[in-house]
Parts: sequence; C-alpha cells; structure tokens
Amino acid sequence: MELDSYLLIDFGSTYTKLTAVDIESEEIIATAKDITTIENDIMIGFDNAFEKLQYQLKGKEVNFVKKLACSSAAGGLKMVAIGLVPELTAEAAKRAALGAGARVLNVYSYDLTLKEIEEIKNSKLDIILLAGGTDGGNKDCIIHNAKMLAESGIKLPIVVAGNKVAVDTVDKILSDADMFYKITDNVMPKLNVLNVEPAREEIRKIFMEKIVEAKGMKKAEDYTSGILMPTPAAVLKAARALSQGTDKEEGLGDLVVVDIGGATTDVHSLADGEPSKPGVTLRGLEEPFAKRTVEGDLGMRYSAVALWEAATTRKIQKYLNDKTINVEANCRYRAENIRMVPKTAEEIKFDEAMAKAATELALERHVGVLETLYTPCGVIYSQVGKDLLEVKYLIGTGGVLVHSENPASILKAGAFDETNPTYLKPQNPECLLDRTYILSAMGLLAEEYPDMAVRIMKKYLVKVN
Amino acid sequence: MKTLVIGVIGSDCHAVGNKILDHAFTQAGFNVVNIGVLSPQEDFINAAIETSADAIIVSSLYGHGEIDCRGLREKCDEAGLKGILMYVGGNLVVGKQNWEEVHARFKEMGFDKVYAPGTSPEITIADLKVDLKVED
Repeated sequence: MELDSYLLIDFGSTYTKLTAVDIESEEIIATAKDITTIENDIMIGFDNAFEKLQYQLKGKEVNFVKKLACSSAAGGLKMVAIGLVPELTAEAAKRAALGAGARVLNVYSYDLTLKEIEEIKNSKLDIILLAGGTDGGNKDCIIHNAKMLAESGIKLPIVVAGNKVAVDTVDKILSDADMFYKITDNVMPKLNVLNVEPAREEIRKIFMEKIVEAKGMKKAEDYTSGILMPTPAAVLKAARALSQGTDKEEGLGDLVVVDIGGATTDVHSLADGEPSKPGVTLRGLEEPFAKRTVEGDLGMRYSAVALWEAATTRKIQKYLNDKTINVEANCRYRAENIRMVPKTAEEIKFDEAMAKAATELALERHVGVLETLYTPCGVIYSQVGKDLLEVKYLIGTGGVLVHSENPASILKAGAFDETNPTYLKPQNPECLLDRTYILSAMGLLAEEYPDMAVRIMKKYLVKVN
Repeated sequence: MKTLVIGVIGSDCHAVGNKILDHAFTQAGFNVVNIGVLSPQEDFINAAIETSADAIIVSSLYGHGEIDCRGLREKCDEAGLKGILMYVGGNLVVGKQNWEEVHARFKEMGFDKVYAPGTSPEITIADLKVDLKVED
C-alpha cells in the first residue's frame, strides 16, 4: 500500500534536514540530515540526506506527492532596514524584516549618507526594506533615500513600505533608475502603530522569486514545488499556527519558542503582550503579535566566544555549579571547532551551561520591561515591550536542546527571575521540546494543511519537566 | 489638515485632560497625534518628525513642568524642527506663584503660547488657527 507523503526540506546553514510526513496517518515517518553543500551544488547535500531517508523508509512504499522547502543556506536572507527616526519607522522596518526571517545586517535612520550607501554596496545583501514617515507625515526622508539608492548603482530588490503620500514620487525615482522594487503598506502608518505583515509578505515573495535563484539554488527550486520562505519564517509560521489555531484545530494560546543554534539564539513570541497587571501604562512602538528576535552573539559554536563575552564567566560558572572550569578556554575551543559534538560528561555539562546562559539572555532581550516610576502621582508602572508573564508554553528547539538529557532545565533558565523582576519573562510556563526537530517542516506543511500541521505539532512536541 | 503632537510630559500620568484635548482638537479639524502620558521630550520630537507635525502641544498637570520642559526648544532646533510652533499648558507650577513670572519663564524657554490653569481648549484652538493660518 502506498503511503502518500510530503517531503519537507530545510536547506539549513549547516545541515540539510529532511522530514517525511505521511499525510494520511498524520505521522512523521522518517527524518534525516546531511551537511548542506552550498558551495557547488546544493542537491549533493540533499541527495546524501535523501539516501539516509530512503534507508529509513526501506520496506515502505512511499509516494512523495509534494516537496516543500525552506532555506537559510548561503548566509540566509540578508537585509538592511531604512527608516526615519531610529525608535519609530527604522525600528518598525527592522521588526518587519526580522519577522520575515531575515538577518538584519544594519538599520539606517534619517537621510542616508554616501558612506552609508558605500556600506550597503559592500555588504552582500539580498533585499533592502525602505520605510520612513507615517502616512501623511514626513516625505522628505524616504524620497531622499530613494534618490540616494537610485543614484548609487545598487542593483538590489527594494521593498518600499513607508509614507503612502511619498509613494508616487518614490515609484518614479526607482522606476526611472530601472530598479526592481515592490511598494506595499507603511510599516508604521500612524505613530506607534505597527503594520508589518504586508512588508513581510512582499519580502517573502521576492525571496521566492529572486533570491533563491541568486543563491545558486535553482536546482533545489526545480526539484521541489518551490523554496517557499527563509527557515526562520517557517518556524515563526509554525509557531503562529500552533498558538492561534487554524480553521478546525484549537491553538495553544500565547507561547514562546526558543531556538538555540550554533551561531544565534532566536526567540519567537506569539502573544499580544498587553499588561497582565492593572495600572500599567504601555509605552513605545507597538510590538508585533508574532515577534522574532535574533541574538547573533549567543550561539553554541560559531558564536561561543561572543556568548562568553555577553554572559560573563561568572554566569556560566553559576550554571556549571563549578568555579574551577575554564570557561574562556572551553568557549574558544567550541568557536574553533564548530562541528564539535559533545561526547564526555564534562563537554555535555558545559554545553548545557552555555545553553542556559543563552536562553536567559535571549529571553531577557526579547521580553518587555516594566519600569517603576516614583512620581508626584504616586508609584506608576510603565511597560515597554511585551508582557509575557502569563505565557503558558515555552517551546525549545535546536540541537543542544533536542539532544539534552534535561531540556526543561535549559528552558527554565528563560523563565521569570525574581532577582530581575523588571523583565517580563514567562512565570510558570509548561516546557515543550521539539524532539523530532519538526518546527520548520510544520511551518511548510501549514502552507497547505494548516490543521494537520497543528495536530502533528501537538502530537510531536513533547512535554518535558 | 494641520497635524498636532499632543502629550503629557515627564513623569506625569494625568490622562483625563489629555483625552479631552485629543477629542477637542480632533473635533476642531486637526490631525491629532497623541503620544499619551509619561512622555519624555524625545517622544514629542520623534513623533513630530515622523508625522511632519505643524505644532507641539505640551501638557503638564503635576506641577513640575518647568524642569521637564527645559531644553525642548533647543532639542527641536537640533532635530530639524526649527521654529516649530510650541504651546504649553496645564498646571505648570506647584504652589501659588505669580502667573506673570511663570508665563515669562516659559516664554523664555521658547514656547509660543503659555496657558494658565483652567484655560479652555477653545482658546487654544482659536490661537492654533491663527498661528497655523487655518481658514474656518
């Protein structure tokens, strides 16, 4: 009997990971991975992984009805965000880009200078996101910046998501210069109001239509039904479906996903983040319901030294419960041996301590902050960012968590800490583990079978204590 | 339509007056960008820049407005908002002080209009229409 299945592919920065899903029984029938071969032919890595997959599927008649892919290969989707005021439209553009699954290499504010244009030219970028001005507000900045980009000779796709009143002028400037660009809704149409989804969608479309091929992945594209989105966008999509639910499936409610990788730790929160306690004033630019932050200095291998610098020896030793271990040396070793797989008990213990430090810091940087103000009106609480105190689920993914013996203890390092009560981290979350490493695959599956993707995630995300 | 940035400055959380002004100015035909309470000077300026505002209207109710407002005109100059219309009102000082002196101090800080406690929004609206050359 033939098993109709989907083949879900993640062309990761290090590994090409395959997930085979039986769409009748809604089961993961096999997973496999091999090193991503982006230098010459991406399909070599794929073929190696596929061979392993076939071996696991021996004896089963599997018919892959569809193949969907996501990718963070070739450095991932690299972008810059350009806006007007740093805390306002520049920040809004940054949030749009992060949520689209991009690596935001830089954020620019106010009028671009020639030096900044040079910087943009010299960074190996994929897409530029251009914003600035609320609708009906400041026009000069976005028009100036469009002119600078048009005159610079930069031939990169641009997503224009700024003041709608400036759009006609920007349109003419960019089309006269023969640039490839798409115009969409303002990322900050009114003061402090965020509208990132239209920009995210345009970024994703350009990713599919232009970037994938530019990165030498045309063969992969031809083999599949398309490389639909950057990997982090797939993870965010899976998290959103799991949180909000779908047409037939109930969601889990507010949740946070922590993805600890070799180079970065990503945090995705799916929650409105409104104040959970009375009498709190919410301030600042709105945060997106689906919020992604990326900590480029918190990683297990490539960024191990940066992690040590950010966390300090003291913090890592606290998690090790051992002041004799040489933290710096261990971190430097990992940074120089990025393929290291921990084997001894000491190596495992050190990895776990690093993971705890990464989780603690990444959550601290992601969540909202409560400020206590002593004013003539009495004590007032002011909140900037999301209140995630009441978030019910903390979901972990990434190699160190998936292979750990005690993933809950790593995740709990990201929970609310009484000694630092101003950081609105989840107080009492249930910890779930993406043991089968399926989040990005489920994000892909959700494109076609959202209910099934949620059901599978509910089955395969394991509760850990 | 002319754009106004309104808000309550400093560590001041009095919200009711702010809502009343929002409503009154909107009814009078202005595009109101309300940054709310507890607003530092930077929030007024950032909002004015992004929205290309024509005027900044600062409210202060808790009596410590002088310290909070000091330097705002200079910051506006620095931020490319040279000459932007700036009004201030509310309960600008604590305790009983000579209004003429208070008025003079705030005018010296760079405010175009300084309003005494109890000023009705209608007066401010009339002044705005004159200063911003709005035809009725």
